[in-house]
Amino acid sequence: MKRLFAILAAMMVLLFLGSLVIGPAKTGIGENLVALLAGGDGPLPLIMREIRLPRALLAVMIGGGLGLAGAAMQGYLRNPLADPGLIGVSSSAALGAVLAIQTGFAAMGSLALPGAALVGALAGVLLVMLLAGPRGSSLTLILAGIAISALAAALTSLVLNLSPNPFASNEIIFWMMGSLADRSMTHVSIALPFILTGGAMLASLGRGLDALTLGEDAAEAMGINLHRLRLTLILGTAAVVGASTAVAGAIGFVGLVIPHILRGFVGGRPGALLWASAMGGAVMLLAADIAVRMVLPDRDLKLGVLTALVGAPLFLHLIYRTRRAGQ
Amino acid sequence: MAVGLIGSAVKADAPLRVVSMNLCTDQLAMLVASDGQLVSVSRLARDPRSSAMVEQARGFPVNHAQTEEIYLMRPDLVLAGRYTARATVDMLTRLGVPVAIFDPANSLEDVASRLTQMGEALGREGRAAEIVTQYRDGLTEFQAEVTRNPRAALFSANGYTSGNHTLAGQILLTAGFANVAAEAGYAMAGNMPLEVLALAQPEAVITSRPYPGGSRAEEIMDHPLVQSMRRNTAGFTDHDWVCGTPFVLRAIGNLAKLRQELEAE
Repeated sequence: MKRLFAILAAMMVLLFLGSLVIGPAKTGIGENLVALLAGGDGPLPLIMREIRLPRALLAVMIGGGLGLAGAAMQGYLRNPLADPGLIGVSSSAALGAVLAIQTGFAAMGSLALPGAALVGALAGVLLVMLLAGPRGSSLTLILAGIAISALAAALTSLVLNLSPNPFASNEIIFWMMGSLADRSMTHVSIALPFILTGGAMLASLGRGLDALTLGEDAAEAMGINLHRLRLTLILGTAAVVGASTAVAGAIGFVGLVIPHILRGFVGGRPGALLWASAMGGAVMLLAADIAVRMVLPDRDLKLGVLTALVGAPLFLHLIYRTRRAGQ
Repeated sequence: MAVGLIGSAVKADAPLRVVSMNLCTDQLAMLVASDGQLVSVSRLARDPRSSAMVEQARGFPVNHAQTEEIYLMRPDLVLAGRYTARATVDMLTRLGVPVAIFDPANSLEDVASRLTQMGEALGREGRAAEIVTQYRDGLTEFQAEVTRNPRAALFSANGYTSGNHTLAGQILLTAGFANVAAEAGYAMAGNMPLEVLALAQPEAVITSRPYPGGSRAEEIMDHPLVQSMRRNTAGFTDHDWVCGTPFVLRAIGNLAKLRQELEAE
């Protein structure tokens, strides 16, 4: 376990540094880091502090948040297919954010945009939980997720198409696929409080999720308050996914892939999987965000393209395995 | 025939019912056509963000560049841009409606060529020549001595910038600025990454005004880095920049004022 922690931490640090030194302004690695830490004259400190640092920070925050939310939902539903992107929570958050931006509500204060996305995410989680039930089967969970995703995506497209802004309808792809390009410290500061609070709520679920592996009766016998656990999970997920989506669009599959890869390393314990998935999610999103900058440097390739290329085959594999286990 | 008469008259074989379906041909046609010759302009001609001739455009019914509505107007000439509504242009040509195609203007000289072309299309060569003469006179006024060329960048939604071989780039140069996009290797228009803009450290950044409703594409203009580079001398591109019409003179004039403010600092 300590080894896993050390490996993930080392990867995070390396990729974080990599994210800081890769960009269209081709400057030396040492020069970049000096400009970031020591400042100085000229444009480089500004580029490092206002463009690259927020991008790397957002990748860590959002990747970590999505990994954590995926692990927590999978632990609670005891279903490896529960990913905030797949079950429609991210799409609902995007709808909330788009509505806030297009109605002008987002301009009312720094909490308005992530707040609206949180409300959207909350509606998404509640709907999924309601439709799939607390111990929903894979089938009902995925069907509910498809329905909510499709509905939220359609409404998002509708709102963007109705917008008086000629650029808005081209941004449907951003809201569905996600991107960290050209984000600033403003975005870090509006998302951070929500992601930290939501992340802390989800991280506190470890013992409860471990107990749940023995069944609900056993968990209650061990003093776990299941209502409270569910409420914490719903609110935590909505805060993390809402704030992430508000600033970076809906990025799918992080919460599916990472817990799946790491589950074996933590002995299948959902509690330990929480912190491991948070670190793993950060690693995955940092890597994906570096890749979009290296594959197509001149164009804003969306993050969701890469996460789906990795995640969708894995998803198919999981479905295949789930089906076989059911027979 | 007296020369003066040609200026205001329409030639015998000139089209009598002209429909324009492109914002730029709308404005050229409104400038050049005789009374009653132009029957309809495009919807955008009435949009103050894009059109420099909103008031005049209100005097014409608008079209939406759709084959049916244009055909029902029974035009004997349709004016279209090279890249607008290609399907409509193809269909109209098949239906036997003459269509005159205008290329977009990529330089200040193109403005004169398009005016002349419009004069020929409408049988109003005299009127077009008058406007071209006025336009050229206006241009020479900007040739006055410039002591220093401050470095400026055009930067709008998605980081869209224009190099020297574009109309916007030429407006910038004629107003006495040096174009940062050209230094960075953009001859034509393209999307310049924020980092490249920051590295170039322009003295002025000229952005577009955001549309209502908000979009992520325009958020880049509010990035703290861009804000810091714009300082107090923020210039904006507007409807005078969109098309190759004599209104580019007004754009150059406004920009030249901005340059003088910069030099006075």
